[in-house]
Amino acid sequence: MAVSLTEAAAKHVRRSLDKRGKGEGIRVGIRTTGCSGMAYVLEYVDEVSAEDEVFESHGLKVIVDANSLDFIDGTELDFVREGVNEGFKFNNPNVRGECGCGESFSV
Amino acid sequence: MKKNTMALVQIVEPNTPVDKSQPRLAVGIDLGTTNSLVASVRNDVPVPLADTQGRFALASAVRYLKDNTVSVGRDAKQCASCDPYNCILSVKRLIGRGLEDVQQLGEQLPYRFQDGDSQMPLIETVQGCKSPVEVSAEILKVLRQRAEQVLGGDLFGAVITVPAYFDDAQRQATKDAARLAGINVLRLLNEPTAAAVAYGLDKQAEGVIVVYDLGGGTFDVSILRLTRGVFEVLATGGDSALGGDDFDHAIANWIVQQAGVSSDLEPGEQRRLMRLACDVKEALSSAESTLVQYKAWQAELSRADFEQLITPLVARSLKACRRALRDSDVELEEIAAVVMVGGSTRVPYVREQVAHMFAREPLADIDPDKVVALGAALQADVLAGNQADSDNLLLLDVIPLSLGLETMGDLVEKIVPRNTTIPVTRTQDFTTARDGQTAIALHIVQGERELASASRSLARFELRGIPPMVAGAAKVRVSFQVDADGLLSVTATETRSGVEARVEIKPSYGLSEDAISRMLEESIENAEQDRKARGLREQQVNAQRLLETVRAALQSDGNLLNEQERALIDEQLEKLEQAQQGDEIGAIARQIQQLNAATHEFASRRMDATVKRAFAGRQLEEV
Repeated sequence: MAVSLTEAAAKHVRRSLDKRGKGEGIRVGIRTTGCSGMAYVLEYVDEVSAEDEVFESHGLKVIVDANSLDFIDGTELDFVREGVNEGFKFNNPNVRGECGCGESFSV
Repeated sequence: MKKNTMALVQIVEPNTPVDKSQPRLAVGIDLGTTNSLVASVRNDVPVPLADTQGRFALASAVRYLKDNTVSVGRDAKQCASCDPYNCILSVKRLIGRGLEDVQQLGEQLPYRFQDGDSQMPLIETVQGCKSPVEVSAEILKVLRQRAEQVLGGDLFGAVITVPAYFDDAQRQATKDAARLAGINVLRLLNEPTAAAVAYGLDKQAEGVIVVYDLGGGTFDVSILRLTRGVFEVLATGGDSALGGDDFDHAIANWIVQQAGVSSDLEPGEQRRLMRLACDVKEALSSAESTLVQYKAWQAELSRADFEQLITPLVARSLKACRRALRDSDVELEEIAAVVMVGGSTRVPYVREQVAHMFAREPLADIDPDKVVALGAALQADVLAGNQADSDNLLLLDVIPLSLGLETMGDLVEKIVPRNTTIPVTRTQDFTTARDGQTAIALHIVQGERELASASRSLARFELRGIPPMVAGAAKVRVSFQVDADGLLSVTATETRSGVEARVEIKPSYGLSEDAISRMLEESIENAEQDRKARGLREQQVNAQRLLETVRAALQSDGNLLNEQERALIDEQLEKLEQAQQGDEIGAIARQIQQLNAATHEFASRRMDATVKRAFAGRQLEEV
């Protein structure tokens, strides 16, 4: 049971948190959207709540709410550059299908 | 699993409205007769998108070239006179219309048409026959590419505007064109409604809104009523042959008269003159007077003189406004706003006259060339789900013309009356007229007329397999469904037996799914053509033109000929007419030459006469 960061992802998260000046860590979650049902959400966290699971990765807190955990357990976050875009990529072992637009996935 | 296609995610602040983090790219497209535009909402403000050279307007001109490439925009437009058959201008006037309608437009269209299976006018080009849908798709493709380049991503969808008076077939054809261009149509929106949205009127007052749209070549006026976020089209009117180009013509004529040059100009010279006239017009929108120089001649044209030149043209537009106002049964006092659309509304005189007629200052702060596209962009942004607060009501439109069924004796039973807000489903029960009747033919029509034969026929289909019953016992439920784009589907069910005819209704002039996919496939292969048949058709068209030209000349200047000369020309006319009906290319070409030769002397006499007339006019002016 874990959600982890690659080294590149950890570096970027740390930099982002420093720049922001506050925050406990980042929240990895899901929301329903798109054509295949679900999409990832990545947020700064200022307050950890009781229902949250907290994982440590490269010394950073990765926070996941209990509802989302079922869908993303085992996921590793990577930070990549694709052309002019850069951002987080989710290597989620639970994913069974992705929609054409790449925004959503199903498990 | 295609991991690499997954969109990249960014960290966001907690509780950010989700859609803000990754707005979907949505645009508004104003697919115009003369020019087209694309706009998008960026940082909550709608902005027009420019091409790489910084130009916003894309000329709605498409040129098919021999090497199988297609050029769209200004370059295509400039070739209109050197390559008239392959340069398609103003395709909007043709889209969604049948060949007969097009021929009844009474306009001089230089294209070669061929009858298609779907009764659509097909234009013969060097790349084979092209339907107006395909031509429009080329324009849309360029706009889509532009949007994706500027916005940096794939387009989620677009709102495309259409004139308020567009019927079902024209709307369907516009949607087909978008699909062919790979655009997901979020909604078709009436142009005047889009203009009102750009001014935020949908969020403001309830009341009557007048949209005065004077474009380059067409004039439209729409009277809308806004009630609780619903735009209802009360009346539309206009003049399909009135626009800013006519202002240019008025100035050009003035120059020709004043400078004392012949009005019979070479096409290149004609264009130069029109360009000059257009510059003069634009200068007079800000200056009180401007210097006009044409060749060695020059003179001052004041704004007052210019206004005098265009007075009859503006008066025509106001007459159409009065008629629309009368049709809509609206009193002047009920009007809450007047919106100006179209580049020609920049002319101060036009604004003054409109303000005077409606007794209020019209809204003209937003660039009148872009206001429709901007409004469409706002609507596209809402439809794509990019606006976090759901206070932004979705705009509801209404169907412009009643939809109904033909019943006994050529009468129309209206099922969905005009101005019903859409989407809508309406059902009505019908029954059999004869004992043992097992089938019912349904004829779906659109329009306000009482007789089916006077309405526009959209589709016909049959409900078969009704169990034999006495007349009046069967109960056939017909259901009309109109989606948010104003497009119709109809189903018929015999409720006692459960027999159902679920027929996909496509307007007669629209394209079937098959036709669209075939077009996509054949777009390359179709280049191969029967050259001989085309050559013949070409000669026939040439012959037809010559016949018409000579006849028109005889009509107006026949007095320049003596009886003997006239008889000679008449004889050649008849010979060409006969040859033209045959299928011998050589014979037609020969007779064209003969007729040309026979009318040579006549032509030069006419020229002299024209010059004399021009001189006479000049002397009158100078007295």
